[in-house]
Amino acid sequence: MSKFFTSSIGQKFFMSITGLFLMLFLLVHLTVNSLLLFGDGELFNRAANFMGSNPLMKVIEPVLALGFILHIVYASYITLKNMLARPQKYKVTNNTKVSWASKNMYILGGLILTFLVIHLINFFWKIKFGTITAISYDGGKTELHDVYDLVSGLFKGWWWYDAIYILGAIFLFLHLTHGFWSAFQTIGWDNDKWISRLKTIAYIYAIIVAGGFAFIPIFFLLKYVV
Amino acid sequence: MKIKLNIWKQENPKAKGKFVKYELDGVAEEMSFLEMLDSLNEKLIKEHQEPVAFEHDCREGICGSCGLYINGRPHGPGDEIGTCQLHMRAFREGDSITIEPWRAKGFPVIKDLIVDRNAFDKIMAAGGFISIDMGQAADANAILVSKEAADKAFDAAACIGCGACVAACKNSSAMLFVAAKVSQFALLPQGKIEAKRRALNMIAKMDELGFGSCTNTGACEAECPKGISIDYIAMLNREYLCASFSETE
Repeated sequence: MSKFFTSSIGQKFFMSITGLFLMLFLLVHLTVNSLLLFGDGELFNRAANFMGSNPLMKVIEPVLALGFILHIVYASYITLKNMLARPQKYKVTNNTKVSWASKNMYILGGLILTFLVIHLINFFWKIKFGTITAISYDGGKTELHDVYDLVSGLFKGWWWYDAIYILGAIFLFLHLTHGFWSAFQTIGWDNDKWISRLKTIAYIYAIIVAGGFAFIPIFFLLKYVV
Repeated sequence: MKIKLNIWKQENPKAKGKFVKYELDGVAEEMSFLEMLDSLNEKLIKEHQEPVAFEHDCREGICGSCGLYINGRPHGPGDEIGTCQLHMRAFREGDSITIEPWRAKGFPVIKDLIVDRNAFDKIMAAGGFISIDMGQAADANAILVSKEAADKAFDAAACIGCGACVAACKNSSAMLFVAAKVSQFALLPQGKIEAKRRALNMIAKMDELGFGSCTNTGACEAECPKGISIDYIAMLNREYLCASFSETE
């Protein structure tokens, strides 16, 4: 068991588990975000404030951060080790037909990380450490952070942020098309029947998640700008 | 037809090595790729030049010794073939063909296009065997095996250990090889006795010898001359994880 953590399959196991955890998080995140599309923002504000103040979330937040950190640290370590496994490169680059995403997961991951930093500065940082305008509901009885205003303000005010968020979703889409089924393959939950099913589900999942996230800036552009 | 060749030449394991260009005329399209190299070498010998060293044996796709990296693909263009089963009809007049040895830390170059694939033998020695009773030959079919398990084990056993999986993999991972070898035993009752130790030890040896880890690109499956599926890698992962969590040693 002690060797498990240092073995190649053991390290991949952590990539897989953290990846599955992050994919679950994406679904929760998208569900809350989808409330942006309905009404004048009250629904989203209530959901966002509930997520922000819920004691359970105080526990889950560091776990989520740890999930990201482990996924990134293991990916970096594995990628570096894998590069060292071929000290002398080929003159002719490999022509074997495989999916582009599968060969560029680390690069895609790096691009998603860059997006994540921008995303955290845009919202998380401002909500946690900045000042957010308040909005009252129920005739002044409930006072909440106007997170809807923060989100809609960003997407209607700066078009390049819309572009960045759509681009981020495209990178995420590519990363997920490989990551989803690959996670199941690594934990051994795969066979000759399930491999094609999982690859199909991977595309469906990636389209829903990435398409959903990309739709939000497009929605605000259509609502306010066009 | 006339072709241009760009071949890796390396005097010995420690030498630096470089690409050397050759031109070869009179290549017939029904020649196998190895026959083309034979005719190149005959020409070089006549011209008192050093022939190109390449490995070959059975020339019928079952020994696994003739692995060459041709124009960016292990065993060249074509699916489920060894280099010996590749024919010159896959090429055209004036084509230039770059031939490289397998590149991997686990497969050091011995000379020119020949690499040392001893690492695979070391992985096999770490666990690729079963325990049997010595003495009289056992009664055939005394141990029953289901048709499904027998078929699946047989498909895995088709692996000829050529190393194309390692050569094709961007991580130089030997996972498809190890997966085939672990699965062919794990699927059969005879292989159950050492199943846990086998998975653990063969993976430990694979890691130790400097092969990379699997990132599921599927390049190995695409280039395997025996068409071995990456399903077996999932099976190996399953075997390894179960063994890791249950082995008490």
